[in-house]
Parts: sequence; structure tokens; C-alpha cells
Amino acid sequence: MTASTPVDDTAGDLRVETTAADRASRRGWPVGALALAALVVVPIGFLAVSVLNPNTEVWRQQWDTRLPGQLVDTAVLLVGVSTGALLLGSSLAWLVSAYRFPGSKAFGWLLIAPLAMPSYVLGFVTLSVFGFTGPVQNQWRDWFGRDAWFPEVESMGGAIVVFTFVLYPYVFLLARAALADQAGSAYDVARSLGASPTEAARRVVLPMLRPALAAGVAVVMMETLTDFATVQYFGVDTVTVGVFRIWRGTFDRDAAAEFATLVLVVALMIIGIERIMRGRARFGEAAGAAAGLGPRRLEGAKAWGAFAACASVLLLAFLAPTLQLASWAYGEVTGPRGTPNTERFLEFLGNSVQLAILTAIVCVLASVFIANGSRFVSGRSTGIAARLTAVGYAVPGPVVAMGVVLSLVALDDVLEGIGLGLPGAVATGSLVGLVYAYSIRFLAPGLNAIEAGMAQVPEEVTASARSLGARPSTIVRRIHTPLARTSVVTGAVLVAVDALKELPIALLLRPIGFNTLPIWTFNLATESRFEQAALPALAIIVVAMIPVALLSRQLSRGVERA
Amino acid sequence: MRNVKLRTVLLGLVASAGALLLSACGSDSEGTIQIYTGRHYDLEAAFEAFSDEFNIDIEFLEGSDAELRERIQAEGDDTSADIYMTVDAGNLAIATEQGLFAALDSPILDGAVPDELRDPDGHWYALSARARTIVYSTERLSPDEIPTTYEELAEPQWEGRVCMRNSSNAYTQSLVASLIGNLGYDPALELVSGWADNSRIMSNDVILLNSIRDDRCDVGISNHYYLARELEEDSNYPVGLVWANQDDRGVHVNISGAGVLANADDPELAQQLLEWLATDGQNLFVDGNNEYPVNPDVAPEPLIATEFGETFVRDSTNASEWGLLNADAVRLLDEADYE
Repeated sequence: MTASTPVDDTAGDLRVETTAADRASRRGWPVGALALAALVVVPIGFLAVSVLNPNTEVWRQQWDTRLPGQLVDTAVLLVGVSTGALLLGSSLAWLVSAYRFPGSKAFGWLLIAPLAMPSYVLGFVTLSVFGFTGPVQNQWRDWFGRDAWFPEVESMGGAIVVFTFVLYPYVFLLARAALADQAGSAYDVARSLGASPTEAARRVVLPMLRPALAAGVAVVMMETLTDFATVQYFGVDTVTVGVFRIWRGTFDRDAAAEFATLVLVVALMIIGIERIMRGRARFGEAAGAAAGLGPRRLEGAKAWGAFAACASVLLLAFLAPTLQLASWAYGEVTGPRGTPNTERFLEFLGNSVQLAILTAIVCVLASVFIANGSRFVSGRSTGIAARLTAVGYAVPGPVVAMGVVLSLVALDDVLEGIGLGLPGAVATGSLVGLVYAYSIRFLAPGLNAIEAGMAQVPEEVTASARSLGARPSTIVRRIHTPLARTSVVTGAVLVAVDALKELPIALLLRPIGFNTLPIWTFNLATESRFEQAALPALAIIVVAMIPVALLSRQLSRGVERA
Repeated sequence: MRNVKLRTVLLGLVASAGALLLSACGSDSEGTIQIYTGRHYDLEAAFEAFSDEFNIDIEFLEGSDAELRERIQAEGDDTSADIYMTVDAGNLAIATEQGLFAALDSPILDGAVPDELRDPDGHWYALSARARTIVYSTERLSPDEIPTTYEELAEPQWEGRVCMRNSSNAYTQSLVASLIGNLGYDPALELVSGWADNSRIMSNDVILLNSIRDDRCDVGISNHYYLARELEEDSNYPVGLVWANQDDRGVHVNISGAGVLANADDPELAQQLLEWLATDGQNLFVDGNNEYPVNPDVAPEPLIATEFGETFVRDSTNASEWGLLNADAVRLLDEADYE
């Protein structure tokens, strides 16, 4: 009897503490999440303010000339790339998940590899090899005469193919994870009830995949929308290209910022489309029942057909361009000219890696905070905060960078005003500003992955932990994060890969003398020295393969567990 | 164990970030010149030679002209840059308007750089010249067919036979700006519309030249040094160059130039570098990229001197004039439906 009293006392204390912590966190989580959202939104808002006082002259002039065409190009490109990536990504994911054929396991992770290939690199390799003046078409004309038909490479079609090849892995990744996690038992049930394999796939599996496919397509569209280098190789005139024409050509930053809001509007439409595509579907399977597809073995021609499909995608999207780069790089290194700055390679590499890791850390910490916020506090503000932080992903890199410059300069001025002036050019040209801008841009992919992982941690687990008196911070550290570990790693990796490939922000915001691998590539590629740019481009791919391989390992473990 | 290791790694990263931040904050060490530059030929031997000769360090921040200018403006007093260097006149003119440059009083630069290639008040100086002129197929055009003026390329007989650079490119814009300056807006619009009707648009000059080689088009307009580069690799490269408009205003010459910033930490040193680049270092500065010197006392490098010639009539409008017309040029290109 006497022993039970202290226990009761402790229990009473815990309850009190829990409610106190509750009250604190009910304030803390939303405030924190909204503060993070503000950090993302403010720099972009700095530019968007110009829209309140629009330069109607520029808008009318653009509307009379290029803008209609740019809107059409943007729409065609987005529809083309998202369709291509959706078909390629989901069918490859289905192949490697639902069937066994030679190499099917290896393809399961190899097919993610194109994630390491920056689109501007695949763009210039494609043009150099398959363009009108490249070796392929010259050989073609030698064989079939000078007027022999060949598809126009420097075209919308060429751009769609290149973007599809570098971006389909986003759809593939998410579709494959979804197939591994949940689709299995439903498919089996449908089959046992007499549905044919295709019918079961179409009527049961596909609807279940909808949220994953929608999320993948949304990422693909954002990446395509904000690109401004690759599209120009192919003569595609999107609204993002329009922003830079105005900025660099007319020297009118305000007008360019106004046009950037047009890009933002398109991005909001993409988010809307994602919501619609996702539908009202919320599929959770009872714990224990979740299972991946039991793969069927393919035989003979079918097996080799599946192998050929996977192998050709891998070859075209990744192996062939990488080998082409390697051969150019070898030619340059052994040739008389040499690639400039090779002796500083380690320095560039170190800078790139450091940036990628710091950005990944910042984004993961912020994402974990926001994703947990909505778990502990039900309310609109954390949800709104989460959606707001996605805005950065929808804004082209240079626009983010300029916004960061302007807001940091304003902050510097304010600090100086109250006598806390910082020495030197803190506003720009510091690693802090650089990581800040990168994080604004890439928080969304990290957050998406981590939110998806958190969604799979049952509410009951959180509730039990809290009823046992654990503080929210402890739950995050000791329960949620370990349970959602795969998705935390996925988020970190997606951010790191994007950061390794990122060019325009570093171009604008880096400290003097601080160069990254993409900048090294850019300096040569803008002068059309593509063969000299091969070595640095190759270096980006090799380095980006490390996180991609990490992701593959993580993913195949997940698949095996399921 | 794992956690401890991770924590060490994180701490290390944060510490190194902090160190970098501090080093970025700290002002110049003595004897360092910092250059924000739109030139990406960091192979440039000239700067190395200067460093060696005067024992002065030079640091670069490469980028695109307009964005670097925005950054200098935003950084204000805090900028670490001493010199702003561009590959076109437009941004130099705008930077002058924005008050970013100091006005230099340099008899050396005034003597070395001709009037039309510098700002009258010494805010900026051209350091190298690149002609944007007509290139043609030496295999398919007979000498009397070769067009000799920009205007000819708008004539109907060239329909489908011209390759041009896209309108987002600064070189295209500055050529069109010079047309506006010389001919007036409406005649220039008519001319550029004619180009647009006749042309295929290319994303860079190298592809443009190769397209002439491979019989996609017969003529085009390119910067002279891209052709020099091709000829360096293959002396039988089947594309030739003709200086445009030699009987009237002369060929359009764009510049790469620089000025010392009003907020430079070490303006004397920066000025010394520009003076050296325009005189003793002029050859080293222009030769690596096959550009023409701005200093009349300096001879161009042998390849362009023999292949293209040393003397030709240049459009002598001051570079800053078409610099300020650049925004109009972008509008005109839009209205001409030039891709």
C-alpha cells in the first residue's frame, strides 16, 4: 500500500507537467512553424511587393508580343514533361515491383541514377551529339543525303525528352515506395476475386498510387517550370526565360520581379493540380496487413522485353551521356589544351559537398519541426506554414537569390540603425546567405518526404507516448524520427542532390573566390567550351551519385522489409 | 558511438561554416584586388602575369553582368569588389548611371583607350574589342554572292539561308541597339523583322558556325573570336568572315570593359591593374580569347591578324550610347517576332 502512494504522486506530477508542456507547445509549435514559413516567404515577398505597383507599360508590351507564346510554350512543356515522366516513371516502377526478370532487382535502384544528372548537362550533351551539327546527324546525312529527314533536336520535343529523362526518377521513386508499402494485399484480394492482372492493376493499384504519382508529377513540374538554362538550349521560350530576358536585357529588376510572380501563379496552379490529382483518396492499410506486391516471374521473350525496356532507359538517360562526358574529359585531360582550374578541383569539390550537407541539415531540421508540429497541435496554422514553405521551390533560383540579397541588406540596415552594424558584406557573399537561399529553394522536397514518413507513424503511438508523460521534444527525438527514419534520409538526400546540382543561386550569392562544381561547369559551358566542361560536369554526376546510392540502399532495404 | 560521431561531424561543419563566414566578412588583406567579372575566361594569363610581376593577389567572382551589378548595388559600402568587369557595354553604362563607378583621372588609360571606347568621365574603359560580323560558307558562296552589310541579310533572297543567335543573348541585343542608334527605331524594326523572316535561331555562336559548316544555312552573324577558335583547331574550317558595312558606318564592335568601383577598398591598386591591362598587359589580356586590342599601339595576335585583318572600319558610336539603348533593343526584338 505504502508503495503505491509515491507512484500515484509521480503520476499526478507527470500529468501536471504534460499539460504544462501541452500549453507551451500549443503556442510553441505554431509560432515556430509560422516563423520558419516567414523566413521562406519574406525574401520572395520582397520581390513580389513590386506587383502592387505594376508597370503596366511592360505588361502590355509583353502581352502584345511574347507573353502569349511563352504561356503556350510553358503549358506545352509542362504537360509534355509531366506526361512523359508519369508514364516512364510509373511503368518502370510497376515493372520492377510486380515482376522478376533478369536484372530486375538491380534496376530497382539503378533507375534512380539519372537523378544525379543535372538537366543542363544532359541538355548540352544531347545537343552536341544529336543536334544538327553533331556527329549523329552528320553521319545520317552521309548515308541518306543532305535532305534526309531527322527529328528536329533543338525543339520543344527535344526539351521534353531531356527533361523526361532526368526527372522521371522522382515519379519512379515515389511510385515504387508506394507499391512496396501498400499495394500488395489489395492487388492480391482483387485477383482472388477474379480480376485479371491488368484489371487489378488499373482498378485497384492505380487509384492507390494516385497520391504518390501526383506528388511525383508536381515535383517534376516545379523543376521544369523553374529551369532557365536547359530550355534555352532547345529554343523553348517559357515564362521563366521571359523573367530573365527582362531582367538582363532591360535592366529592370522591378519588371522582372513582376514577371516572376507569373511563374509563381503557374506554380500555384501546379499545386492545385496536384491536390485534384491526389483526389480525396486516403489509403491506410491496417498495421500488419500492409505488404508489397508478390512479384511474378517473367519468362522468355517477356522477361527480355522487360530487361530491354529498363536497360534502354538507363542507357539513354544516364550511361551513354556519362560515357560521352568521360570520353570528352579524357580527350581534354590528355590533350594539349587541358581543362582550366583542374588543380583547384578538390577545393571546388569541398565547397559543393559542404554546401549540400549544410543545406540538407537545415532543411531536415526545419522539416522535422514542421512535420511534427501538425502532429502535436491540431490547427490550421501549422498546415498553412507547411504549405507556405513550399513556395520557395516554385521560384526560380536567381529570383530567390535576389530576394535573399535584398532582405539581408535590409536586415543589415536595420541592425546598423540600432548600432549593431555587422562588419563587411554579411548580406551577400557569406556562406550563411548561401545556405539560407538554398534552404528556401529546397525545403519543399525535404518536407514532402518527411511529412509522408510522419503520416505512416500511427497517431496511437504519439498518443501513447504522451499519455506516458513524454515531452514532445523527446517524442520527436526518440520515437517519431527513428520510426520515420527512411523518409528522413530520403528527404535529406533529395535536398542534397538538388543542392549539389544548383547553379544560379551560387552564381549570385557566393563569397568571392568560392566556386562550386556547377559554377566551374557553367564558366566553360557559357563560352560553349562543352568538351572542356565535360570534366566538371562528370564530377557533379559522380558526387551526386553518392547520395543517390545512399537513397537506393535505403529504398531497397525498405522494399525487402516489406 | 554513432551519435557522438555524427555530432562531431556536425560541429566541424558548423565551425568551418563560421570560419568561412568570418573570412568573408574580413576586409581585403593588403595587396589584394577583387574583381566581379562577367568574363569567364579564367584561363586568362594576363592576371597571373600581373600578380607575379607586382606581387598582388587577384580574386574573382564570375557571374553574369546584370546580376553582378545588382549585387554590387545591394552590397553598397560593404562590397568587397574593387573592379566590375563586363562583356558588354550596356551594364557598364547602367552601372555608371547608378553611380557605382569612381571617376578615374588616369592619363595612362585616357592615352591607351580611344575616346569612343571609354566613358568621357573615366567611369569605365573598354579593354578588348569583339566584332559581331557576317560569317559565310566558303564552300557554297562565290565571292560576289557574299553579303557585305547587315541590311542585306534581311533581303528576300536570303530566306531560309541565315543562322542567327537568339534574342536573349547580350550580343544580339547590343547589335540591335546599335542599329537603333544608327538607323532609328522604325527602320531598325523593319530590318530586324526581315532577319527574323529569313533566319533559323541558334542558342550559341559555336552551333551557329557549325550549322554553316554542315549546310544548314549559308550565312550568319557571329562574334569574330568564335570563328578564330574554330580556325585554330582546323585551318580548313569552311567558314569565312567579312567585315560588315565597310562602305558606311562600319562593323559593330562590342566591348569587354571595366571600371573601378566607388566603394573599392583599394582604388589605387585597382586603377594600376586597369592601366596595366590597357598597356603592358594588353596583349596577354586579349590574345588568349582571340580578341582585338583596344589600344591602337598594340597589334592583334597573328591568327586574327592574318585571317581577318588588322584594319577595318568600326562603328565609332560611343559604346555607352547603345548600352543605354539595350532595353529598347529587347522591346524591338519582341516586336519583330525574333525568337
